[in-house]
Formats: sequence, C-alpha cells, structure tokens
Amino acid sequence: MAEQADTDQTNAIEIKGLNKWYGDFHALKDVNLNVAHGERIVICGPSGSGKSTLIRCVNSLETHDSGSIVVDGTTMGNAASIEAIRSEVGMVFQQFNLFPHLTILQNLTLGPMKARGLSRKDAEARAMKYLERVQIPEQAGKKPGALSGGQQQRVAIARSLCMEPKIMLFDEPTSALDPEMISEVLDVIVDLAESGMTMIVVTHEMGFARRAADRMVFMDHGQIVETGTPEAFFSNPQTERCRTFLNQILKH
Amino acid sequence: MKNLIALTCLTLLAGCGSAGNWGWYVIDPTTPKGWSNISFLLDGFGATILLSVIAAVFSMVIGLLVALPGMSANRWIRLPSRIYIEFIRAIPLLPMLFWVFYGLPVVLQSMGISVRIDAFWGAVITLALSDSAFTAEIYRSGIQSIARGQTEAAKTIGLTYTQTMRYVILPQAIRRILPPLANQFIYIVKMSAFASVIGMQELTRRANELVVTEYRPLEIYTLLILEYLVLVLVISFFVRWLERKMGADESR
Repeated sequence: MAEQADTDQTNAIEIKGLNKWYGDFHALKDVNLNVAHGERIVICGPSGSGKSTLIRCVNSLETHDSGSIVVDGTTMGNAASIEAIRSEVGMVFQQFNLFPHLTILQNLTLGPMKARGLSRKDAEARAMKYLERVQIPEQAGKKPGALSGGQQQRVAIARSLCMEPKIMLFDEPTSALDPEMISEVLDVIVDLAESGMTMIVVTHEMGFARRAADRMVFMDHGQIVETGTPEAFFSNPQTERCRTFLNQILKH
Repeated sequence: MKNLIALTCLTLLAGCGSAGNWGWYVIDPTTPKGWSNISFLLDGFGATILLSVIAAVFSMVIGLLVALPGMSANRWIRLPSRIYIEFIRAIPLLPMLFWVFYGLPVVLQSMGISVRIDAFWGAVITLALSDSAFTAEIYRSGIQSIARGQTEAAKTIGLTYTQTMRYVILPQAIRRILPPLANQFIYIVKMSAFASVIGMQELTRRANELVVTEYRPLEIYTLLILEYLVLVLVISFFVRWLERKMGADESR
C-alpha cells in the first residue's frame, strides 16, 4: 500500500500535477498523490507548507490553477462535478465551524434534510446514531457554545458522518483544542479509521499517526518531499528537511 | 434628555408669557379653531408613517438583492452592485424625487408604458432607492462579519448557495443587521419630509399649508419639529430595545 504509481479504479483520490498560486506565492508545486480506497494518510509538515491547501483542493474549497483531481472516479471541473465530489467527501475543520445558532441536533440534520431530502424523522435518527458513535448523544438539545472544544469537534465529525461520505478530510482537527481534550477527539478518529473509512488527516499528532496511518506524507514549500509507511518514516527519514522537522516536533 | 425637555418647556413658556411674538392660539386645543388646526397637523402622521414603512420595506428588499451579488467572488457579478451603490449614493434626495415624480413618467411613456406616478408612490420609489444603497452596505458588513468557515462548513455538507444563505448565514447575520437597519429607518422618516414638495399630504406638507393660511410659522413649525421628535424618539427606544435583545442573544 506504500506506493501507488499506477492510476486505476482502486484509487479513491488521484491528484496529478497540481499547482496553485496565491498571487505570486506558489502554494502547491506539481503535487501528485494517489489515495487508495480505505487508505489512511497523514500529512505533516511545517506551517505554510501547503498541507491544508492540498486537502482543501480535494473538495474544492480552494480552486487549483493546473493539474487534475479525480475523486472516486469523478474528475473535478464544472459545478456538477464539484457537487458530486462534495457529496462523497466529508471535512472536519480546525475551528469546528459548527453553526452557533442551531442546536447540536439541528447542526446534524441540516445537511441530510436540505441536501439529501431526508425526512426530519430519518435525519434525526441518523443524527442520534452518529452522536452515539462520537459518544455525546446527551448534548443533542444544546447549542454549540455550551459544549467544550473537544465535544464541539466530535459534533463536527458526527455532522460530516451524517452525510455518509466515503472519504473524510481532517484539517488539523486537534490544533485548536486544549491538551486534555485532544485524546477524546483522536480516539473518535482512530475508531473511524479502523472502520475502513478513507481518510486524509493533516496533523502534528505523531502518536496518532503511528496508531492510525497507512502512509505518511511530508510536505514542505508546497511540495511532497517524502512519503512512506509510519515505521519507515519515523525510524529512517530519507531527506534532511524531514529529519529536521521530525526532530523539532518529536523533541517535546 | 432632561435638559432638552427643560429647554423646550422654557422656550414655550417664555413664548406664552410675553406679548406679541408667540401666538399659541393658532394651535390652542381649547378653542374650536385651534383644535381643528391641531387635528389637521396630526393627521399627517398616518401618511408619514405609511410612507416611511413602505419605503423601508422596499429598501430592505432592494438592498438585499443588491448586497448578495456584491459579495460574489466573481468581479463581473460584483460590478453592477458596486456601480448601483456608488451611483445611488451620489444622488441627493430632492433632485432624485423631482426626477422620479416629473421625469420617470415621461421616460416610461416613451417606452410605451403609461402609468401615473402619484405623490405617494413617487416618494416611496425615491426614498426606497435612495436608502437601498445604504441598506445594501449594512447587509454586506453584517454578512461578511460571519466567519468564512460557516460558508465552508455549509458547502461540505452539500448545501447550495441559497440554502447556505437561508439556513446558515442570514439567521446569524440578522442579529448584526437589524439594529443598524432600524437605525436607518430614522433616516427614512426624516427624509420623508421631502415628499411635501411634490404635494404629498404628510406632516411637513400640512404644516406648510397651515402656515400659508394662518401666518404663524413659528408656532406651527415648532409643533412640526416636536411631531418628528416624538416619532424618532419612539423608534430610537425600539432600536435600543432591539440592540439589547440581540446583544443578549449573541452571547448565548
């Protein structure tokens, strides 16, 4: 599972020659990445290296300037393809981005009811199922502001799961959390990983990467510098940049 | 506030006491003549309020229709909205009122549309258009104050642009939009006085007509100002109440 050079139907995500500029800043440089169905990828790298930009391109929250992105057989292009891709891809943000004016239950039922046309009854049943999965069904009637950061992020995960996506993207899901809440969120993500969900996780939590990742991707200056299994990646990094980075984040 | 009332009372008392300069008999409610004059003046309230409310409703609708494309990522969609706002803001109310009342029917006539624009609708159209540029800017700042993450989260759960606005953005933005919008209503009420020059029977027009027959401009215009003062103070209290209520909601 370490290397997928060929592009066949087994890949959930195929990114080829992806380039993105913010004005003069070259944010992504010729990025190639294939993700197999069921594969769990952890992307790490220094801030500003393009990790978040890359996964935000996968569900078109960012547009790219050249290259191609194919998600589950759909090539990203017109509005219809973006809609099709977004319906397959869930995303969890660093800042949770829950809807503060709605209750937890309404946060979870909004997508299924409005985008999928489920009845309120079915949407609520589905919402409760996923709230149980992230272990906070008792918070259903509260507003997000009344919950701790860890609980809010678990609700955000459940909100994504309610759309029953095939692929989940996590953009630094624990970076905005107090230390004591990180593990409750990571446990949920590990549980999800073990269920066979295809995932790309941008994180600096290397303990989590060891537990859950099939493959590590190290990015720097908008490029993928190194990829490998967690064992190889942590014990024997191939590049100097990667070694320096790992030393910095594993020191403490 | 107290000083203002005291000053007003003093001025009025001074007027009543001295011979000559003040002649309150013209609006003395104890005499039949004075009473009929007062009711003539007060009857203008209905027209002023009706004109202001209808103009405000149109202004709110037009403002939203102008504001939404004004926030598009596409500059060609943004452009007409910017032009509208800059253009409308640059036109003084009185010339615009003349143009709408005397000019617009001619333009419509030349296009084969034969409508008579009476003073009321002439004033409604002018006030609504003139005010809509400002309400558009109020909407824009209110909507843009909602974090971008909200829109992104809505996209990832498959909501369309319209659904995102309706269920996610506007319910949150309304709390920040309503107080300045209600404030803007005070501006409409005051500007509605201009409708007097095209003959609409509102507060100012009636005062003018009474002055012509009674030759007591000081007393009649003093009462006119008090009429607007009462109206605006009532709205002010409502705005403060609204701001307190919205502020309390926000912190939940």
